[in-house]
Amino acid sequence: MDIASELATELEWMAWTGPTAAFFAGIALILAGMTVWQTVSPTVERRGFLPMPTTRGDRLFIGLLGSAYIHLATVGFTDLNLWIAFGLSLLWMAVVMRFG
Amino acid sequence: MDNRPHDNKAWFLVLPVFLIVAISAIIPLMTVVNYSVQDILGPFQRVFVGTEWFEQVLNDERLHGAFLRQLVFSGCVLLIQIPLGIAIALTLPAKGWRSSLCLVLVALPLLIPWNVVGTIWQLYARPDIGMAGVAVNALGIPYNYTSNAFDAWLTVLIMDVWHWTPLVILLCFAGLRSIPEAFYQAAKIDGASAWAVFRHIQLPKMRRVLTIAILLRFMDSFMIYTEPFVLTGGGPGNATTFLSQFLAQIAVGQFDLGPAAAFSLIYFLVILLLSWVFYTYITHTDREDAR
Amino acid sequence: MNPTGVGFKKRHIGLIAYFVFLLLPIYWLLAMSVKPNQEILGGFSLFPQTITFANYVTILTDPSWYNGYLNSIQYVALNTVISLSVALPAAYAFSRYRFLGDKHMFFWLLTNRMAPPAVFLLPFFQLYSTFGLIDTHIAVALAHCLFNVPLAVWILEGFMSGVPREIDETAYIDGYGFPRFFLTIFLPLIRAGIGVTAFFCFMFSWVELLLARTLTSVDAKPIAATMTRTVSAAGMDWGLLAAAGVLTIVPGALVIWFVRNYIAKGFALGRV
Repeated sequence: MDIASELATELEWMAWTGPTAAFFAGIALILAGMTVWQTVSPTVERRGFLPMPTTRGDRLFIGLLGSAYIHLATVGFTDLNLWIAFGLSLLWMAVVMRFG
Repeated sequence: MDNRPHDNKAWFLVLPVFLIVAISAIIPLMTVVNYSVQDILGPFQRVFVGTEWFEQVLNDERLHGAFLRQLVFSGCVLLIQIPLGIAIALTLPAKGWRSSLCLVLVALPLLIPWNVVGTIWQLYARPDIGMAGVAVNALGIPYNYTSNAFDAWLTVLIMDVWHWTPLVILLCFAGLRSIPEAFYQAAKIDGASAWAVFRHIQLPKMRRVLTIAILLRFMDSFMIYTEPFVLTGGGPGNATTFLSQFLAQIAVGQFDLGPAAAFSLIYFLVILLLSWVFYTYITHTDREDAR
Repeated sequence: MNPTGVGFKKRHIGLIAYFVFLLLPIYWLLAMSVKPNQEILGGFSLFPQTITFANYVTILTDPSWYNGYLNSIQYVALNTVISLSVALPAAYAFSRYRFLGDKHMFFWLLTNRMAPPAVFLLPFFQLYSTFGLIDTHIAVALAHCLFNVPLAVWILEGFMSGVPREIDETAYIDGYGFPRFFLTIFLPLIRAGIGVTAFFCFMFSWVELLLARTLTSVDAKPIAATMTRTVSAAGMDWGLLAAAGVLTIVPGALVIWFVRNYIAKGFALGRV
């Protein structure tokens, strides 16, 4: 553990990169957007194709989690371009948000 | 059913919790995400590698093995500990000094630091100096957890049952005590059988604590590390290498920050999905019942 | 509740079997701790033949041993106080109001309990060294908040929801402000819940090793980390290890003794 801890102290704080910063900025924007949307027109729980009634926030969570898995599957088990996974995720998000 | 008033000022009450958890959860989580896409060569030397680590980790056969072992283990843990915990909680004396004494004894394993739990079972199960190890071998059953894979796996499982069933018992016991005496009297007047009392009074009242118990047991068994580390060190072979052991091997053993971070994220996502399904299912049936 | 004799006996046999299963390993630990090492390695004996307290004397007189206990107790106490004081108002908010994002917040808190501590090791080390907190008790206490605060909120919320809301409303009508109502009326009502929560906070902080060991080196080193020393010594000092193990159980046993009535008394729903 000692070598590890020595190295850890010398690593740059949080080791940011452009893509990850963009990713977190995106998440933050979505959350902010959802908050504004919620204050403007509060969500009503409803029942779509998902097996339980969901609010808008629930559907967002399901959409994001599903997208994460879509990306993982694409990266791990196919040779497809990551943008295809991204496109699929957008589609999935749209379907869940609208019909979920 | 839910007639709590809507008031966003309640956020001020939640704020301290939010801040403290945000600092100790969000910043590290972001750091892990950052590590997962880079090759950390040393201080101020890092290369962006995109999804390489994810690809590598997802196609790692050792990970598949560890994941399967983990699922089987966590499944066994829940199947044994939840029914056993409910049964013992129902049997414990409800009042008086006997009740207190039983509770104190039941809770003992929970307050033992996890590495000491490993040590206890090491001392207890060793075939040369341990009471259980010697006894089992004396019965004519060859048993040696350091060399036989199945014995090792079974020992870790029994150790976990010993260690964690008390948590289920305590939570169930607390839930049972919340049932007013009047309910039992009414059941008695109706001539309800013990099973009917359990099914229609005790079980529904315990649903909430059972939710907590199942979730806690599932999560904790899914990240079991210290006890098998002390007891078997993940061996023999890979028999008791669960996900956290595997992660620690990469992160601390080989100090591959990138793959370790990528693996952590996948690990986290799996736990997130499973717990969410669990949580949604249970709160949902909760509401159906309330209707 | 359980009137007939036959069922009574069967149940008790099961209970006794469980307690035997529960206590035998602990008995064995105790037996080991008072045996001299030659006896442990020399042959198998169910009861110790020669009883020695040399192992305990070593631990209680050597500062490098007993400081470990003091350190552990210190950060565990700190953690319990912090966890409870931030979790109480939050749990009240969750049990009494609906607000923007409440359900998601609740679940998010929970996800932090699920995160494997191994994942957070290196980032935590970086985080705390940035603030110069490495090897202090407060660092470990704060790190343990990651899993204890969510748990405290969750348990307390369960207890608070058991208190009827009419009590709050009556108090507000009687002219109580929130702080006064919360401290003088509400908290005493859920003191059983507070006891149980404190117990769980204590427990999870006391038993955690991975984070506690990584964030400390000398000044705040927990006892569980001190124990790993015996492993690296020439051969295994089983007796000393067992004695140290016994001593780690003692503070826990004392704590349960104090909260036993709270757990037993439980939610006290019937009386409110």
